[in-house]
Amino acid sequence: MTRAEDLQAFLDRTPFAQFLGMRCEIMGDEMTTVLPFQKKFLGNVAINAMHGGCSGAFLELTAMAQVFLLSDLKRPPKPINITIDYLRSAKGEDLYARAIVHKLGRRMASVRAEAWQAEREKPVAALQAHFLVAEDG
Amino acid sequence: MSDSDEDNDLLFRLMQKNAAKIMDNVPWAKALGFELTGIEKGRAFAKVPWREDLVGDPDSGVIHGGVLTALLDNLCGVASNTALREPKSMATLDLRIDYMRPAEKGRDILAEAECYHLTRNVAFTHAWAYHETREKVIATAAGAFALNDISRWASGNEAVEYARKMLSEKPS
Repeated sequence: MTRAEDLQAFLDRTPFAQFLGMRCEIMGDEMTTVLPFQKKFLGNVAINAMHGGCSGAFLELTAMAQVFLLSDLKRPPKPINITIDYLRSAKGEDLYARAIVHKLGRRMASVRAEAWQAEREKPVAALQAHFLVAEDG
Repeated sequence: MSDSDEDNDLLFRLMQKNAAKIMDNVPWAKALGFELTGIEKGRAFAKVPWREDLVGDPDSGVIHGGVLTALLDNLCGVASNTALREPKSMATLDLRIDYMRPAEKGRDILAEAECYHLTRNVAFTHAWAYHETREKVIATAAGAFALNDISRWASGNEAVEYARKMLSEKPS
């Protein structure tokens, strides 16, 4: 199995990834994740804004998926901490995200991810995360 | 009591009265099964029952970190709301989550949040998620929330209209 197939297999059997309904579009070592909009994602119905916890969860899964894709880990990396900046209100529309792995060490990985909607240059949220990548951790 | 103290108290009493409905108005909180179990001035408490479809690691049955992110974000927002002196709309500016230990399979997750400082524009919060006590914590959060003038909100929001109405009919 390729690394992309490993990742897809993991997402397919992860209940929370299925609950979100997220998709990975993988081109070589590049990946864009897609979160097709569902009404349950809203945090504020009156202003049609997605819940920050929803875009945050999507970004965390995107960062995790990118680390998994670039590594040879058998299991998904465990999050140590995350910081999310909410830059703009995310509307009730599809959400996209990409992650960059700044460092993949023997024990830790440092990752940055951004999510956007209509315009790639206007991200709605950005995430900085550290993951534990040691198999014995 | 000055007028502003009365408003302050009234806003909080309004929230207390409607505490059970606060999460119901938030689809994502409802979808994940969040239950607001109590509020105090500047503090909020919640519970999220373990559910198969929230699992992030199928091998261990551990709830996904994203569920905790949503829970602590939401609860920090509620805690900030209880601390407000006048109705304002609120948006998360940033949120940091530290994952201390995995949640255990099959167990409810409890959480509490505290708004420890409030300025005109920003609310500063901390939150904790755990099974039993804060001493054995699953995750902690630190969040800052931007406070906006309520007049910028779309009109017709039920909660806002209700708060406005109640505040204009201050009991003597």
